[in-house]
Amino acid sequence: MCGIAGLFIKDKALEPQLGDYLAKMTSTLCSRGPDSAGFAIYGAGQDGKTKITIAGPTEGYDIAGAAQKLVDAIDPTADVTRRHSHAVITLASAEVPKATAWLATHLPDVTVMSEGQRLEIYKEVGYPDDVAKEFRIAKMSGTHGISHTRMATESAVTTNGAHPFSTGSDQCLVHNGSLSNHASLRRELRRDGIKIRTENDSEVAAGYLTRQMQNGQSLGEALNASLNDLDGFFTFVVGTETGFGVLRDPIACKPAVMAETDQYVAFASEYKSLTCLPGIKTARVWEPKPATVYFWEHT
Amino acid sequence: MPSIDLSKTSLRDLNLALHRLAKDTNETLWTISNPGGEHSIAAGVDAPVTINIDGNVGYYCGGMNKEAKIIIDGSAGQGVGENMMSGLIHVKGDASQSAGATGRGGLLIVDGNASARCGISMKGIDIVVKGDIGHLSAFMGQNGRLVVFGEAGEALGDSIYESRIYVRGPVASLGADCVEKDMSDEHRAELIELLKTSGEAHKVDVAEFRRYGSARKLYNFNIDNAGAY
Repeated sequence: MCGIAGLFIKDKALEPQLGDYLAKMTSTLCSRGPDSAGFAIYGAGQDGKTKITIAGPTEGYDIAGAAQKLVDAIDPTADVTRRHSHAVITLASAEVPKATAWLATHLPDVTVMSEGQRLEIYKEVGYPDDVAKEFRIAKMSGTHGISHTRMATESAVTTNGAHPFSTGSDQCLVHNGSLSNHASLRRELRRDGIKIRTENDSEVAAGYLTRQMQNGQSLGEALNASLNDLDGFFTFVVGTETGFGVLRDPIACKPAVMAETDQYVAFASEYKSLTCLPGIKTARVWEPKPATVYFWEHT
Repeated sequence: MPSIDLSKTSLRDLNLALHRLAKDTNETLWTISNPGGEHSIAAGVDAPVTINIDGNVGYYCGGMNKEAKIIIDGSAGQGVGENMMSGLIHVKGDASQSAGATGRGGLLIVDGNASARCGISMKGIDIVVKGDIGHLSAFMGQNGRLVVFGEAGEALGDSIYESRIYVRGPVASLGADCVEKDMSDEHRAELIELLKTSGEAHKVDVAEFRRYGSARKLYNFNIDNAGAY
């Protein structure tokens, strides 16, 4: 099972409602993945600043305190925003390597969920509606966002095993399916210097795309290459700072439906998750074809 | 003339009411509004009634249908008319994967496109798709007819038994043991009959269709392949 929702906004007037729509879309997918949920939101960014989203080992962990320690040590001018069990630290981009190294040394229990100019990732174990509420997703604005409801198959039900996964700056991926060659590919990617934290198959897919893009491929090219290199079944929805992409494996056993109007492009595992969107009755609705890369980008 | 608004009535209550219909019911015309992509709408109906659904439906709409005429004024999710026994399901929009899967009888009409695995393991249902169909359609089809006005995706009729497939447009590829066969008068007559019952008589030219079916080479184990195991 598992459920995916994604929304890429074309009409700026809709941006303040990104989180609200995404939370509603995700809500209808609770039954597809009741054990955990996650949200990737591409919000506002500032030039020269990077957002690091961190989470502690437990929901009750003092994440704001951890974030403050990091700020005190690395960049006293940085901002900290806490959302439930996660904190977002906005600091000078030049300080990012220092900050992640400091975290690894001084607070090894803390996980970096995402890093990027605009991306923030919030994910937690629990019923998706509750997760969305605790993170106040409905109040968030942004240009595009992706969510996932998880029914775990390949690895444990933990916060770090929830989607979305991010293995590169402003990049994230959610996955419905299961990969068979993730163990060998994980070893290969680690050798190539890609940081993969969990035993989860989907994180390997995210790492794979990150490596391909580091090697100069566009997201579209990387997705195309994954058709040869990933063994298994999958529907991926991926985000970059400016774009949003969709790919299904050649057999297309995992459901996917898309809708497009002048205002947005939306993805969901089931049509009913799109019914909350404005103008859906007259939207172009279709199923993405197997082994075909779909990609939209803000210019 | 019951009219059910699914934004107000629960799906369970709707299906319960439909399941309780007697064969000789006087409530023969049902209208369902605001289906909102819900799953299993009007699944398991066993009465000669007409059900008009105003909008898009989720999975398994009209599944196991017996005798009812279900008209969907929208698109349908996975498995529309799955295992239907008799009656008619008419999708005015597109149908998702596995439309008419394992169907034993009746007629499924899709005005738009059907997706992958259309008519998978069909066992007597007739399916008429006015657009295209996706890959692996009529996989292991045992009986019944699949008519496609548009194109067919890859591996059409893979491991097919005795279903008959008529496709007007190009076929991306044929699956294992599926071959093109001659169109004889018998097949043209069969196709004309199917078009007539689908309300498409004289709208498309029967001569434009090609027929596909089983080469019947997978029916029995070929002893020459024993070494492969």
